[in-house]
Amino acid sequence: MNLTIHVWRQKSREAKGGFVAYKAENISPDASFLEMLDVVNESLIEKGEESIHFEHDCREGICGSCGMMINGVAHGSRGKAMATCQLHMRHFKEGDEVWVEPWRARAFPIIKDLIVDRSGLDTIIQAGGFISVNTGSAPEANMIPIPKPVQELSMDAAACIQCGACVAQCPNGAAQLFTSAKVSHLGLLPQGQPERYERVVRMVEVMEEMFGSCTMFGECEAVCPKAISIDFIARMNRDFIAAKFKSQKEISVGV
Amino acid sequence: MELNSKTPPGPLANKWEKAKASYKLVNPSNKRKYDIIVVGAGLAGGAAAATLGELGYNVKCFVYHDSPRRAHSIAAQGGINAAKNYRNDGDSIYRLFYDTIKGGDYRAREANVYRLAELSVDIIDQAVAQGVPFAREYGGSLDNRSFGGVQVSRTFYARGQTGQQLLLGAFQALERQIALGSVKMYPRHEMLDLVVVDGHAKGIITRNLATGRVESHAADAVVLGTGGYANVFYLSTNAKASNTTAIWRAHRRGATFANPCYTQIHPTCIPQSGDFQSKLTLMSESLRNDGRIWVPKSKGDTRGPKQIPESERDYFLERKYPSFGNLAPRDIASRASKEVCDEGRGVGASGRGVYLDFADAISRLGRPTIEERYGNLFEMYHDITAEDPYEIPMRIYPAPHYTMGGLWVDYNLMSNVPGLYVIGEANFSDHGANRLGASALMQGLADGYFVLPVSIGDYLAGQFGKKVDAGRPEFAAATAEVQDRVSRLLGAKGTRTVDSFHRELGGIMWDYCGMERDAEGLRKARTMVRELREKYWREVKVLGEGEEPNQSLEKAGRVADFFELADLMCLDALQREESAGGHFRTEYQTADGEAQRDDDKFRYVAAWEFTGEKSEPRLHKEPLEYEEVKLATRSYK
Amino acid sequence: MTWVGNFYRSAIGKKAVMAVTGVILFGWIFLHMVGNLKLYLGPEHLNEYAHWLQTLGSPAVPNKGMLWISRIVLLVCVVFHIHSAVALTIVNRKARPVGYRDRDYLAATYAARTMRWGGVIILLFVIYHLLHLTTGQAHRDFIENDPYHNVVSGFQVWWVAAFYIIANLALGFHLFHGLWSMFNSLGLTHARFNPWRRNFATAFAIIITAANISFPLAVLTGIVR
Ligand SMILES: Cc1cc2nc3c(=O)[nH]c(=O)nc-3n(C[C@H](O)[C@H](O)[C@H](O)COP(=O)(O)OP(=O)(O)OC[C@H]3O[C@@H](n4cnc5c(N)ncnc54)[C@H](O)[C@@H]3O)c2cc1C
Ligand code: HEM
Ligand code: FES
Repeated sequence: MNLTIHVWRQKSREAKGGFVAYKAENISPDASFLEMLDVVNESLIEKGEESIHFEHDCREGICGSCGMMINGVAHGSRGKAMATCQLHMRHFKEGDEVWVEPWRARAFPIIKDLIVDRSGLDTIIQAGGFISVNTGSAPEANMIPIPKPVQELSMDAAACIQCGACVAQCPNGAAQLFTSAKVSHLGLLPQGQPERYERVVRMVEVMEEMFGSCTMFGECEAVCPKAISIDFIARMNRDFIAAKFKSQKEISVGV
Repeated sequence: MELNSKTPPGPLANKWEKAKASYKLVNPSNKRKYDIIVVGAGLAGGAAAATLGELGYNVKCFVYHDSPRRAHSIAAQGGINAAKNYRNDGDSIYRLFYDTIKGGDYRAREANVYRLAELSVDIIDQAVAQGVPFAREYGGSLDNRSFGGVQVSRTFYARGQTGQQLLLGAFQALERQIALGSVKMYPRHEMLDLVVVDGHAKGIITRNLATGRVESHAADAVVLGTGGYANVFYLSTNAKASNTTAIWRAHRRGATFANPCYTQIHPTCIPQSGDFQSKLTLMSESLRNDGRIWVPKSKGDTRGPKQIPESERDYFLERKYPSFGNLAPRDIASRASKEVCDEGRGVGASGRGVYLDFADAISRLGRPTIEERYGNLFEMYHDITAEDPYEIPMRIYPAPHYTMGGLWVDYNLMSNVPGLYVIGEANFSDHGANRLGASALMQGLADGYFVLPVSIGDYLAGQFGKKVDAGRPEFAAATAEVQDRVSRLLGAKGTRTVDSFHRELGGIMWDYCGMERDAEGLRKARTMVRELREKYWREVKVLGEGEEPNQSLEKAGRVADFFELADLMCLDALQREESAGGHFRTEYQTADGEAQRDDDKFRYVAAWEFTGEKSEPRLHKEPLEYEEVKLATRSYK
Repeated sequence: MTWVGNFYRSAIGKKAVMAVTGVILFGWIFLHMVGNLKLYLGPEHLNEYAHWLQTLGSPAVPNKGMLWISRIVLLVCVVFHIHSAVALTIVNRKARPVGYRDRDYLAATYAARTMRWGGVIILLFVIYHLLHLTTGQAHRDFIENDPYHNVVSGFQVWWVAAFYIIANLALGFHLFHGLWSMFNSLGLTHARFNPWRRNFATAFAIIITAANISFPLAVLTGIVR
């Protein structure tokens, strides 16, 4: 198939960017969107033009590296949500015009073309997205039974791949879905209880320094490649409000 | 050069205790005075960096990814082994040890493997404490499944995302140390050289991928956890950026490269669908627990799978290996699939595929059970191929997946270059000639959490007061070499893209140094690789500049190193005149087509020393002593 | 009490305040609507109800005492509701300084996307509404203590009725999203009851809007005169 892609090109963080149109020719419907970009890039290099820079690695929807706005939708899939690398060209039609833009948010400055700096998400994890247990100090794994439904729910949240699509799609540039997924993953498990309230407060505070706030548009959930539910946001709000109503002393003893 | 494995003496079960007791210790208050560079933050590097930070060392961690959580470990689906014996099915540390030695076709070091089996138990404890949501039974205790060529259920898993969840555990521990200041993270930094000062590894040269700047970093020791090199085949199940540069550059600086020819071809991948294909997708091996593998009995059968009656199907694994059937180890299953395709009985448009059929399982267990077990995998297959595996059998084909070879390390995970440690898939240590399913995650984490952080102290204790700084001439020299390579790549101004070369190299390796090898083909491949490599440096076209983000340049450097490695792989495969595990030489097979080892002549680790661009590498042999296990011919019949 | 300030400083805190104030306003609007239904019972009933409102709590509190207490509560709610709405809007604009050339919504409803402008319309309406039916400055034929007359004669002016209808449609949209969003803002999530949250918001948005719109329509069509 043949299509026209309009891609945002920007040489560096400071440089001015703009759309450039390219022809994507003879693309197999079985190719992925990234493979289509590979083909375009090969032809660009042959013509002496620099390739379109975009981030990617696993190409199977798990590393969270890839991500771009395709026709106004993060990762480009309008049906079942998936990562850009999982989107196949059979989802497009012959002759389509496709607009490709980088993630946009104040917290995600552009590095080059479609590559943005998502390190703000790591900063949120650093604020408390962990369980403080040093190597070697763990008890026997089966000592604390965890009800299967709890483990399943925790896993639903833990499935996040930190691609940043939630932020990119959210009209407010909010990272609520991402943060709440980590808060819930750990906060649901017995092992996560001791730090549960301190964790949510610290993570939310750091999150709010960089990102917008939630107005429950539900856009994040709709584009999340791992279908993480916005119910986790409610859960995070609840824990945050509860934490704020507890005294510091109560929090430090984990009640 | 003598390769001393430094395996502690005494009975197998006491060796690790003994080693730990013999290590010199670093005074706790001195630990923060030591700088340790960790390259890589996959399971191995991430676990190591976090644990070293917890111990109080001053850690600098480098990855080429934008976040340490993106390491290729994230893609592991199936699970992680541990000898917990929760199922009471007769598992034990000894059995895990034995299975791993046997699975590796008796080409691994006993002591290392035994330690791995011992530590497997602690890994699960650690992961659960970190919040890894492993699958559970209704009673709340941890669930297990059987996986990849063993007959006990010892595999722990978190849906189809075990690698992701284990990596997140390590990542979270790492982020905690970053916040505490004990680890400094350098994302988007690619190591391009190792700096050796007075024979010791004392630093690295990196290129900042966001700015293009080349930088020097000094430390008291360097740890490489940089993953495997299966991308030498171009198409593999590895992530696109996985590469050999870190270990290859270290090899060129003196570290010996062990068993480069031991590569694993995974039997259950989605077949290639066209030239545009950029990578191959693994379908978890767990599918083989319920799926049946078959091809039509007759050549050139073009009927759809459902039109082929039961009597005209050949369930070749069940036929050839009645006791293991569809669960035969990876190397065996892969070769069997290739064989039937070579006979012209392959399925799919390319003829390079076999069916993995769930019809029986669905009628026996019902669709809901299958959905519960494999729902996400079926969906993934459906998304990629637009075929519904509930209705028509999956098509699968083997693909390069894992590399057992890597830098040679001793029992303490130190290479022959003092101060250079190598962990995870990047070293050669524990899997011999073939790795069993769910054992790589185990090894990466054992190395990273439990072995390296302890064993490195032994070296560091002797380095007190011997700090070098990045002002030493060795750093300047290495930087100049890196910059020279960059400008040569940019300056070639040829006509062909990096990818086109990589694809061609991959084709040669797959044809001659893939699932089956023979002396003639390997010699031919060496010539072809060398010719292509020369052409590469003349004709490659890399646009853009060095001092900016430049993905073509990144790729170009990696592919340049793949060329050199490819040659060594062929040389190693040529030298090993036997068949063992993933290394199958057609000249050395039994009457019924199974791998034929030659224990008298080849029971050794082949460790190659770099002697210069123009001269042949020098082979060193570390003999493998088996004190505990009796060598036998692997049989899965 | 630093934690209060601390709490309100955070965006989640502001959303919680918004939800609570929103619910109070919603509760008031609901009661207000129920009371207004007396319009259909005739002048005596409505005027009697208005009188009851003024003397509520008497003699414990002076006449109009409860009315003033509730007015103050409502005013405080409106102030906080608007303050947090404005503050969060500013934060959110800053978080996404550059938009997309092409932007498609997959899940956000029309109601969700118009909360801010809808809110402004409601505010303007509330001010007008107070001047119109409470204090009378915006009414041509205002008679103190005869709300029935004021309502009926007010709505007989077609464009006044139209403005009420438009404003209440805006209110309906605002409630449709707001009443649902509120559960999340307050962390009220529960696997079993989650589907009910949407139904609850939809039902009340429809009931309140339909009833409120029915008043001007009833006057315009002559059902109530
Ligand atoms: C699809 C797939 C499925 C798998 N499933 C399983 C399974 O179910 N069970 C199992 O046990 N094993 C599985 N494996 C194997 C296993 O995942 C890997 O062997 C293992 O995760 C490797 O971990 P690692 O830490 O050694 O390296 P990696 O995870 O590959 O990490 C490498 C790290 O090094 C960094 N790096 C590399 N080079 C440089 C450089 N030059 N400069 C800076 N940084 C660098 C990277 O940024 C990265 O952080 C699977 C493998 C694949 C491909
Ligand atoms: C000037 C007037 C108003 C403005 C500017 C305004 C603005 C807003 C905004 C921006 C939100 C947040 C929406 C979101 O989270 O998506 C909101 C929520 C809400 N509003 Fe209003 N609003 C106003 C008046 C009212 C009135 C009069 C009511 C009562 C009937 C009301 C009830 C609610 C409710 C219940 C919520 C839900 C709170 C939450 O999201 O948790 N609002 N409002
Ligand atoms: S490339 Fe890994 S998620 Fe898309």
